[in-house]
Amino acid sequence: MSKEDNRRMLLEKALKEYDFQASALLEILHKAQSIYGYLSKDLLMDIAQSLHLPPSTVFGVATFYSFFNLTKPGEHIVTGCLGTACYVKGSEQIMQAIEREFNVKRGGTTADGKLSLFVTRCIGACALSPAIIVDDEVIGKATKEVVIERIKQLLGGSNQ
Amino acid sequence: MSALTVKLKIDNIEVEVPEGTTILKAARDNGIEIPTLCSLEGLTNYGGCRLCLVEVKGAPKLFPACTTPVSAGMEVITNSEQLREYRKMTIQLLLSERTHVCSVCVANDHCELQSLANKLGVDHSIFERNWTRKEIDSSHDFLVIDRNRCILCTRCIRVCDEIEGVHTLDLKQRGRKAEVIMDLDEDWVNSCSCTSCRKCAKVCPVGAIYIEGEPITRTKNKDVAEFILTRRQRK
Repeated sequence: MSKEDNRRMLLEKALKEYDFQASALLEILHKAQSIYGYLSKDLLMDIAQSLHLPPSTVFGVATFYSFFNLTKPGEHIVTGCLGTACYVKGSEQIMQAIEREFNVKRGGTTADGKLSLFVTRCIGACALSPAIIVDDEVIGKATKEVVIERIKQLLGGSNQ
Repeated sequence: MSALTVKLKIDNIEVEVPEGTTILKAARDNGIEIPTLCSLEGLTNYGGCRLCLVEVKGAPKLFPACTTPVSAGMEVITNSEQLREYRKMTIQLLLSERTHVCSVCVANDHCELQSLANKLGVDHSIFERNWTRKEIDSSHDFLVIDRNRCILCTRCIRVCDEIEGVHTLDLKQRGRKAEVIMDLDEDWVNSCSCTSCRKCAKVCPVGAIYIEGEPITRTKNKDVAEFILTRRQRK
């Protein structure tokens, strides 16, 4: 509960910083996502009311940009780079292997909420392509064996 | 309105209109018809359907007539072989984007997309169709939205915001995933802001929003926005 209060306070601070201006919607959404990890409907409604914006507009903006997450991400996050260099080096095949192995679709989360799989376009590590980010660790020159092994380690760890 | 006027030529006809008028309005006021789908008297212009594209002499690109203001000495062509080709293509793209089947549509014979297609001589689409399976929301007491027929002209969104003033409707996502939503993508019946005013159904150019059990001829009323706006301004 206190954690929840703390988050709301952080959001409140950001809202005040921008003086509750409707034009600050995008900044507020950024801030809210960094505080809460994702944008729930309750949160979007809260933001809409704070900024005096129609809820549909807030929802429209939040879904327009692929940066925003509207569903709760899993405990562990795997992001595959599908930028040109990584793609050429076979990151697509690695992504498919992860999807098959853990029964998760890109942009989605496993049924047990442990693993989310996302796609990004170029993380600026083309020399390391193909690059896959597992939690905050970049695995360069990745192969599907290495990546799957690493994810399994993580998932195994969180079970204990 | 500004007292200053601007002289320009539309289809080689000399016209004089107040400064700041759009090409579309200038043409219509002088009896020149430009086809449109998203534009509607009484609502702000959106420039989304691209049917009103016109040529301006000396400019390398086409301009949407509904959002381009006139300027002095402009020479506008609203109807050329090339423009007709482009407009036909635009209609075909609209038809191919979602599931438009006139014979099973509530708005058959009272559809602006259909009548424009007829008028411009579009009898088939050269593009492969996306047979969409988007959600139909009939949860509301009488309003129904079939997103498979929506052409994303946003007339409903603009009338909801600008005339009714509640802004229940808006667009979510973008590109081919774009859809009209109510509030936070709720079912219509759960929308907390909708006033059930029916204006969205009245201005919908196609059969995407309609009223259950009511003949479409009674529902459709394109002039509702301008009607209300004029009265409001007169007060």
